[in-house]
Amino acid sequence: MSTLAPPRSMSAGEIVGMVLAAAFALLWIFIASKATDPGYVFHAWVFAAAGIATVFALGRRAVANAPAAPPQEIDGRPNYNMGPVRFATIAALLWGVAGFLVGFIIAAQLAWPILNLDLPWVQFGRLRPLHTSAVIFAFGGNVLIATALYVVQRTSRARLAGELAPWFVVLGYNLFIVIAGTGYLLGITQGREYAEPEWYADLWLTIVWVAFLLVFLGTLWKRKEPHIYVANWFYLAFILTIAVLHLGNNAAVPVSIFSPKSYSLWSGVQDAMFQWWYGHNAVGFFLTAGFLGIMYYFVPKRAERPVYSYRLSIIHFWALIFLYIWAGPHHLHYTALPDWAQTLGMTFSIMLWMPSWGGMINGLMTLSGAWDKLRTDPVLRMMVVSVAFYGMSTFEGPMMSIKAVNSLSHYTEWTVGHVHSGALGWVGFVSFGAIYCLVPWLWNKKGLYSLKLVNWHFWIATLGIVLYISAMWVAGIMEGLMWRAYNSLGFLEYSFIETVEAKYPFFVIRALGGLLFVVGALIMAYNVYMTIRAGEAAEPAPAAAPAAIAAE
Amino acid sequence: MAGHTEEHDAVTGRTTTGHEWDGIKELNTPLPRWWLNVFYATIIWSIGYFIAYPAWPGVSSYTRGVLGYSSRADVAVEVEALKARRAAQAADLATVELAAIKADPKLLSLAIAQGKAAFGDNCAPCHGIGATGSKGYPNLNDDEWLWGGTLEDIHTTLKHGIRSSNDADTRISAMPAFGRDGILKRDEIRMVANHVRALSGQPTEAGYNRAAGEKLFADNCASCHGEKGLGNRDLGAPNLADAISLYGNRLEDIVETVTNSRAGVMPAWAGRLDPVTVKSLAVYVHSLGGGQ
Repeated sequence: MSTLAPPRSMSAGEIVGMVLAAAFALLWIFIASKATDPGYVFHAWVFAAAGIATVFALGRRAVANAPAAPPQEIDGRPNYNMGPVRFATIAALLWGVAGFLVGFIIAAQLAWPILNLDLPWVQFGRLRPLHTSAVIFAFGGNVLIATALYVVQRTSRARLAGELAPWFVVLGYNLFIVIAGTGYLLGITQGREYAEPEWYADLWLTIVWVAFLLVFLGTLWKRKEPHIYVANWFYLAFILTIAVLHLGNNAAVPVSIFSPKSYSLWSGVQDAMFQWWYGHNAVGFFLTAGFLGIMYYFVPKRAERPVYSYRLSIIHFWALIFLYIWAGPHHLHYTALPDWAQTLGMTFSIMLWMPSWGGMINGLMTLSGAWDKLRTDPVLRMMVVSVAFYGMSTFEGPMMSIKAVNSLSHYTEWTVGHVHSGALGWVGFVSFGAIYCLVPWLWNKKGLYSLKLVNWHFWIATLGIVLYISAMWVAGIMEGLMWRAYNSLGFLEYSFIETVEAKYPFFVIRALGGLLFVVGALIMAYNVYMTIRAGEAAEPAPAAAPAAIAAE
Repeated sequence: MAGHTEEHDAVTGRTTTGHEWDGIKELNTPLPRWWLNVFYATIIWSIGYFIAYPAWPGVSSYTRGVLGYSSRADVAVEVEALKARRAAQAADLATVELAAIKADPKLLSLAIAQGKAAFGDNCAPCHGIGATGSKGYPNLNDDEWLWGGTLEDIHTTLKHGIRSSNDADTRISAMPAFGRDGILKRDEIRMVANHVRALSGQPTEAGYNRAAGEKLFADNCASCHGEKGLGNRDLGAPNLADAISLYGNRLEDIVETVTNSRAGVMPAWAGRLDPVTVKSLAVYVHSLGGGQ
């Protein structure tokens, strides 16, 4: 230690944290000693190692004399806590590149099945949830946590609530990602789409998520602004609803504390309904509400224009969160789900169209008076295109929820195309835009290392998305029509395998589109790396700039 | 915070709400009229749909809707319609003899259509979409048949399967595992395998002794496959004198077959598929090119 001062006494938070982390480590060492499933034993050791590392980190924090409670303000300006935001931003970048890459690999596996390599760990069946979780929860989740923790501070003019809690949130969340991701590869899954992690990972995420909610609420509580900014409504709706969905869909009874396996509390069609109530609202509240929060801060900020309509933001917010939660049954059209539930799922999806578009209108119209910036600022262009993709997907979604359309589109590649126009176009691009804005702000740089590279990223990724979604539209509609084709004698025209064979060229085009998207993300990663390493330092902070606090 | 002052925005001509967060302000723009109208329209449409279709749950039932729609009833109607459409034609297929189907062009095209559809979803996973087969799964386009290639033979094979565990009349043949069961020694197996290659006119290894191979074959194989290896369809014993081999005709393939034997399984389709479909399948397979 370079410091000569004697270590300060530990704060109450540090002591409680150390005791809890030590107990946590001991619990998992005990479980590791009794468990037989090798994957579960591995996870027990990961948890134990995380607990031990936490004990050391907290001890080191005290010994190194890091301030237990940094000042809330310095010279009358909020002393923002950006360490956890920086961590989550970098985590998002790394997970993003990894998740997109796995997506490309499974796209290639569908075109060329030999790439499954006859190895259990890299089968499509295991890599597919790895891809979806990596992009939604690892990439998207870290973007949401980073931006939520950034935006809530800036728009509340208050330092994050708690000192250890924000770090617990980002580190704990990424520990969950590691457990979930390695679990898929090792074959641990409860087989619920987008909710594959088993009971122990779910419990851990619950704890982390409650901490996230408390940090967010605590910061709002401390705010110096009289009103809560609209972005924060969306973030809060996202955090709160995801907690409810997570608890509802993952209600399960573990076989034993020494086994990774659990059984759902729900059964039959109720189980399916719970799953799609969850699944659809993961889209609604994770991938829509949360990312609308991003849009509401970063678009007006980057465009330097006021938000188009305050009233629209209120109405579409409440309409969106009220209607979205009922739309899940449209995933179960023409199944054992009762007709009345299918009707409700479909009609609420259709009523959701305009509330969804309210966000698009507010995003696009905020540009009025600043459209010229699209020529010169590829970051803003990326975000505007993302809002356009958002508008397209939220029209396509209600349309596909109509039973007559769904009878053609369901189970086909059209669904995959729809999801990806939303995921690559909306979620991906608005996240990239936010990251491009955040990085210079977080690391006190004048600007990005290269706007030209952003431009390249924009065009390569856009081309990738267009290839991807148009290939899936064609493949999906073709496949749907082939399935229902009868010949003149009243027999099916095509066997299933013939429909698979017919999709091959589109699988290849899709994989190519995915590859372009990966290339774009790599360009972004390089650009961010160079910005942090070699970017020109910003001028001494004006009143509004974030104050850097060494938190790592 | 700049207090609560509403500002005029020159670009849009609107005022702001007077709030400001981190430099972000909001305009006091009213809701776009078209947006509101479309939103109302979707709500009204939904209410109409609620009235027409099953929609709202109660304690023990739900609102049925004035159209009396039910997706189950809908499916039942569609299935019945399809059945009715096929029934007239299928009635003939069910009663007419296999050979008579072949003779009647109308029935034949019907059977082939039905057989092709059934083949794609039931047979293609093993035999391939073009029925070309692969290792262990016979090609159905050629005239090499294990159990016979007449309409009746194919029909019997389809109905009862081969080594199918749930059908008493299934076709069964069992070639001894000459190596595993210690009937022949290793070098004898190699010798007889060379002889099998010689039967179909393929090159043999140095050290192959024709007389010794012939004797081994006569003692162990000829009872089923025949002296010249031409096979016996009554026993399911394949012809060894042609170039077609279910499990490959490289020396090591044959050595493996003789050592451990093979016993491929085909399910019995009677009971899985209705009799008319099985009949149509027989006609379809027979028509592929190898039918006898």
